[in-house]
Amino acid sequence: MEVPRHWRLKQQRYALVGEVCPHCEGKIFPPRDVCPHCGGEAKTPYTFSGKGTVYSYTIMHDAPAGYDENVPYTVALVKLEEGPMVTAQLTDLDEQGVQIGMPVEMVTRRIRQDGDERGLLVYGYKFRPMIAGAR
Amino acid sequence: MTQTLPENLLLKPNRPVGIIGYGAYVPRYRLPAIEVARVWHGGARGGLPIKEKAVAGLDEDVITMSIEAARNALARAGIHAHALRAVWVGSESHPYAVKPSGTLVAEAIGAGPDIQAGDWEFACKAGTEALVAAMGLVGSGMGRYALAIGMDTAQGRPGDALEYTAASGGAAYILGPAEEGLAQIEFSYSYVSDTPDFWRRAHARYPEHGQRFTGEPAYFKHITEAGSRLMRAAGTTAADYAYAVFHQPNTKFPQRAALLLGFSEEQIAPGLLSPVIGNTYAGAAMIGLSATLDVAKPGDRILVVSFGSGAGSDAFQILVGEAIEERRNKAMRTQDYIARRTEIDYATYARLRGKITLK
Repeated sequence: MEVPRHWRLKQQRYALVGEVCPHCEGKIFPPRDVCPHCGGEAKTPYTFSGKGTVYSYTIMHDAPAGYDENVPYTVALVKLEEGPMVTAQLTDLDEQGVQIGMPVEMVTRRIRQDGDERGLLVYGYKFRPMIAGAR
Repeated sequence: MTQTLPENLLLKPNRPVGIIGYGAYVPRYRLPAIEVARVWHGGARGGLPIKEKAVAGLDEDVITMSIEAARNALARAGIHAHALRAVWVGSESHPYAVKPSGTLVAEAIGAGPDIQAGDWEFACKAGTEALVAAMGLVGSGMGRYALAIGMDTAQGRPGDALEYTAASGGAAYILGPAEEGLAQIEFSYSYVSDTPDFWRRAHARYPEHGQRFTGEPAYFKHITEAGSRLMRAAGTTAADYAYAVFHQPNTKFPQRAALLLGFSEEQIAPGLLSPVIGNTYAGAAMIGLSATLDVAKPGDRILVVSFGSGAGSDAFQILVGEAIEERRNKAMRTQDYIARRTEIDYATYARLRGKITLK
């Protein structure tokens, strides 16, 4: 059971809430309270837009415990438009598959269950290809 | 239909209430009805109830779909989620038996802790029941904004008639003072009775339905009573509405309900989504309305009548305002989601919906 950890990380996982540095305006994800750009203290919450592009990716056929019911799935390094790089699953991929540089957007999805079917459901960010449509 | 209606039949808020923002969500997978017929009947026997239905992906449920619909509604509303005083999710497929969907949806969209966040249950009208409650909260002045969602990943037993149509999707509505609205909900009216047409017991995976109860004594009785009583009390006829939306368990039922209440095929066309996304249960009337708002013009009146088994209907009269033109372009339209489509076969459907037991 990892209930305390899921609870502690919920904001960054559900909504890509990181931090912005009050000294150099650098955007930080995941939040770490110290700016990786200028070294200053940075505790101001910042919600990322969720827009980014695929920097690189791999396809998982042999998944770690808890993720095996979803194979095969794609994990990508996503470069957020505000700067930081995040590792996340891609979802809702169509027949086109994945290309490096592909625009993606964050969605909140069910990541796995904690343990068996009696365990907590863990939700968090994934990225999907940008959908065409009004925005 | 000659009996006298009680006074104050219509639920009319003290303070006029409007729809400030709305947002739909439909998952990308589609299961053609012919696939269900192929697996269970060796092909189509006679007509099929719909063309295809929307199916949630492996990582989707009522919570994730509600989050996306709510984000779309917030984008159209142009308010911060902190301003909400209620986050209410109506569904018959809440992921937990005990643990609210509303708190997680609220946290994900950035709402504060100062909210009501209970989940609603009334079969396929759980979402519109939440909408009526939101009208009350806003209309009484207790809270300025309230979010009401109807969303489902609907259940249907493999091989059962419901498996053709039980689908995933829904919509979210943010209500607030009418002067800020893209439409005003002028009033609502609800009609309910204890009717055994459809139920699912605790711990049962799939619902049961009461055979002949499904049509006349359940769906048609409640929809037509709610719709006709509202119109009588309001002094309107079908001709006073540009559009109408009825709960849509298949293609034919809402078409017949429209006919019984005097509405034309054109009036229900924009909101009749069941042929291409199926029956999204608690989401069905709500997403029919979102698709209708996507095309409505200022000054149009819309009649919405939901239906939930067990049984009851909520009817709403909605007047579209000027702000619709600008605000509908601020988020994905219902048809944008419907256009995003990946066809799947029955085997993939069985995997996505957890119908294959691994242990």
